[in-house]
Amino acid sequence: MTMRKEIFTPEKKQQIYRLLLYGGAVIVSVWILAPIALIALAALSTPRDLYDIHKVLPTSFTLDHMYKLLFVLGAWQALINSILVALLTIGLSFLLGLPAGYALSRFIFPGRDTLKLLVLTTRMFPVMILAIPLTVLYIQLGLSDTLVGVALAHTSMVLPFVILITSSIFASVPVEYEEAAMIFGLSHAKAFLKVTLPLALPGLAASAIFTFIMSWNEVFVAAILTFTNRTLPAHILTTALASPDYFKFAAGLIMTIPAMIFVFIARKYLVTMWGITLR
Amino acid sequence: MVNVTLDHVTKIFGKVRAVDNVSLKIKHGEFMVLLGPSGCGKTTTLRLIAGLEKPTSGRILFNEEDVTYLPPRARNISMVFQSYAVWPHMTVYENIAFPLKIKKYNEEEIRRRVKWAAELLKIEELLNRYPHQLSGGQRQRVAVARAIVVEPRVLLMDEPLSNLDAVLRVRMRSELKKLQRQIKVTTIYVTHDQVEAMTMGDRIAVMNEGKIMQVGVPREVYYRPANTFVAGFIGSPQMNFIEVTVKTEGEKIVLDAGSFNVPPPKGYDRVLDKYLGKTLILGIRPEHIYVGDYVPSNVKVVTLNGKVDFIETLGSDTILHIGVDDTIIIVKVPGEVHVRVGDNVKIHLNEDAIRLFDKHTGKAIT
Repeated sequence: MTMRKEIFTPEKKQQIYRLLLYGGAVIVSVWILAPIALIALAALSTPRDLYDIHKVLPTSFTLDHMYKLLFVLGAWQALINSILVALLTIGLSFLLGLPAGYALSRFIFPGRDTLKLLVLTTRMFPVMILAIPLTVLYIQLGLSDTLVGVALAHTSMVLPFVILITSSIFASVPVEYEEAAMIFGLSHAKAFLKVTLPLALPGLAASAIFTFIMSWNEVFVAAILTFTNRTLPAHILTTALASPDYFKFAAGLIMTIPAMIFVFIARKYLVTMWGITLR
Repeated sequence: MVNVTLDHVTKIFGKVRAVDNVSLKIKHGEFMVLLGPSGCGKTTTLRLIAGLEKPTSGRILFNEEDVTYLPPRARNISMVFQSYAVWPHMTVYENIAFPLKIKKYNEEEIRRRVKWAAELLKIEELLNRYPHQLSGGQRQRVAVARAIVVEPRVLLMDEPLSNLDAVLRVRMRSELKKLQRQIKVTTIYVTHDQVEAMTMGDRIAVMNEGKIMQVGVPREVYYRPANTFVAGFIGSPQMNFIEVTVKTEGEKIVLDAGSFNVPPPKGYDRVLDKYLGKTLILGIRPEHIYVGDYVPSNVKVVTLNGKVDFIETLGSDTILHIGVDDTIIIVKVPGEVHVRVGDNVKIHLNEDAIRLFDKHTGKAIT
């Protein structure tokens, strides 16, 4: 018994714990980063190196595919479109979702819980079913083939989640903070803007990331609602997939980088602010 | 000069009458304590005064001005919250300066006032810190500094000490009271702690089930409770309540407690005629009963024989549970007593301290 105790001294336990933690972190990182690295290598290597069966890793590189994809095949415009649509989606879904989330978290009114559930019913129908009616409606409204149209569709898809996420974020900001601001001279709306909103920022960053990724990845609606103003995934679906492999890899890389940059920026707000973590 | 008047104020939440027809006048510069058990409506009353809730009926006046439906920001009040509500995304300085900034004081005046409040609460060296770097007690001081910095018309405090540890609570009790005397602001203080109420309040309003049970200076609510609720709520251990029947024994009126009789206490002999044959409640505080042979010479007592049933030693005091036949009477004596469980002892009820209550209404008989 005493022998056993000596093997697992607190320091030993600490070391083992650390080993497992860092080991796990490395495995997860490799798991996620390896495919991205391989895509990047394939996208940047010359076709000769890529198809050389004697080479595991390519040795000669070129920006040719990236350049062609972006500026000859029109991916650059699609990339801009995608970013615009994603930002517009965040804007619209926050404009509608934040007040709704706030109301659900702060006010008690008849049917509140039912409403919370009903919000999700908009996701009950697969988009496939809605595809034709939606296209017809969009053509009638003149929204077809516009970025605003795609952003509206994305907003409707992501709104339930924005509402539910933000309502739980607002619920986590103690109501006393807001009441104190009102006591000390602010209106309810200003108390929300000056106190609740800054405190909810980490959570809002999380739902912004969620919204961005959803819009960035969405291809079906984007593909059926646009013809010339395509977003990146819709554009790549029609162009790069009919091209040689290195174009596909280049497309993959172009898809990945902006999303990574966005998440990297938003991440700053996600972890801790003012040294506190909101739950 | 601000007097706060609650004029027949009622607040109903759904089916619950949280505040039920409360009328109360709080004088300028007064430290008024709203005391009661949880759910008695004291916090709702405070929130009504703050403007965070609107009453279902009734009016709230600051002097002659009707503020019933004014939003909180238009009332020129301050509040210290139970959770302090010190904003975590602002430094201590920014927290304290916030009310001043909103009221558009100039930069220099803001600095001067924040310095004044910080000095008063001894938190000058914390001004550049964020709330999460402070202890609970320090955060509380920040909340108080923020509340007094604007020189509010009314200062509201909602159980401000209940989240502090015992030692700090006792210290802040006297500090807050001194501070209030110094700045002479009309203060309404909510607590469920009777010791806080007794030590801090100029007057105490005892509340239960949305109603005010009694308003008075601490001595008054302690010595002359208006009803059994106040009598039972204030004082620790609780006041002894013994059911007695008013009877005549020859010429005299006596209170028959079943196994023993108590002569009517001083001042009561005349009013008791009306209660002949009726059941009353006799109340006597544990600290107003003497045990053993020593009784101060100038005190008139009723002596009973009992048996020690249980002893609680608190160090400074000893609580004895004494069985007089089948009634248990709690007695609090200072220091230690040399009795053991099972001993036969004499207890002496201080006659002046005996209070009688109507059994049905619970109201004190005077």
